[in-house]
Amino acid sequence: MENEMKLEFKSKSCNEAFARITVAAFASQLDPTIEEISDIKTAVSEAVTNSIIHGYENQEGNIHIICKIEGQVLNVEVIDYGKGIENLEIAKQPLYTTKPELDRSGMGFTIMENFMDKFEVESIVGMGTKVKMQKTIVRKEEV
Amino acid sequence: MVIDYDKATNNLTIGFDGEIDHHSCNEIAVLSDDAIRKYLPQRVVFDFKNVRFMDSAGIGMIIGRYKQLLRFGGKAEMKNINNEIKRIFSMVGIFKIIPLVD
Ligand SMILES: Nc1ncnc2c1ncn2[C@@H]1O[C@H](COP(=O)(O)OP(=O)(O)O)[C@@H](O)[C@H]1O
Ligand SMILES: [Mg+2]
Repeated sequence: MENEMKLEFKSKSCNEAFARITVAAFASQLDPTIEEISDIKTAVSEAVTNSIIHGYENQEGNIHIICKIEGQVLNVEVIDYGKGIENLEIAKQPLYTTKPELDRSGMGFTIMENFMDKFEVESIVGMGTKVKMQKTIVRKEEV
Repeated sequence: MVIDYDKATNNLTIGFDGEIDHHSCNEIAVLSDDAIRKYLPQRVVFDFKNVRFMDSAGIGMIIGRYKQLLRFGGKAEMKNINNEIKRIFSMVGIFKIIPLVD
């Protein structure tokens, strides 16, 4: 199967649920299990929340999501045009957060990495951040 | 959200519902802290029975409430956690400080 969709929405926290539900609905054509859907929702929620809180620091901006399906593989890109990340290696470490005062846990990147099959971040300071994630939906046995 | 205080045992149950994410956490934190400050319970039970979704915002929210509780020596427990939520909490070893009971 081959398919593609693009989303653009404002960096408002009420769009976190909208984004993860929309990506999950798009992924559902691959017939994922409830657990696979939950993994995708959680990873997308983490990436979108990061764009809102860290990328745009609660100022208004646009977030793009590009989803592609190739065979049984789902690719998701979450893109913001916010402040960017200076040191990616440090940012990706478990428990690392630049906003502990906001009850952040520093586990967002770790969850994306663990819940998806592939995970990559590109970022340029002052330009923005792109998170690329991939998950292969295992084909269920035909009954 | 259900807040239920039992005077006899000095236990406070905080039942969350729906989706726990960055968007919903503000309100959940305020309501929980209000209840904790009002009753100063000896123990708080966080009940996840009606939670359909949680991401890492839930970790920060629970640890934040736990810190409130520690100020006056209260204890906390969690219950009715499904496998997906358990996976997220296990990543930070949270059950060592806030035990999972059933
Ligand atoms: N889209 C982004 N734009 C700018 N900085 C980011 C972005 N995503 C993540 N970061 C940085 O990486 C850190 C770690 O992110 P994460 O693991 O999700 O933890 P948390 O969101 O709890 O801080 C953040 O504290 C922030 O400094
Ligand atoms: Mg995060």
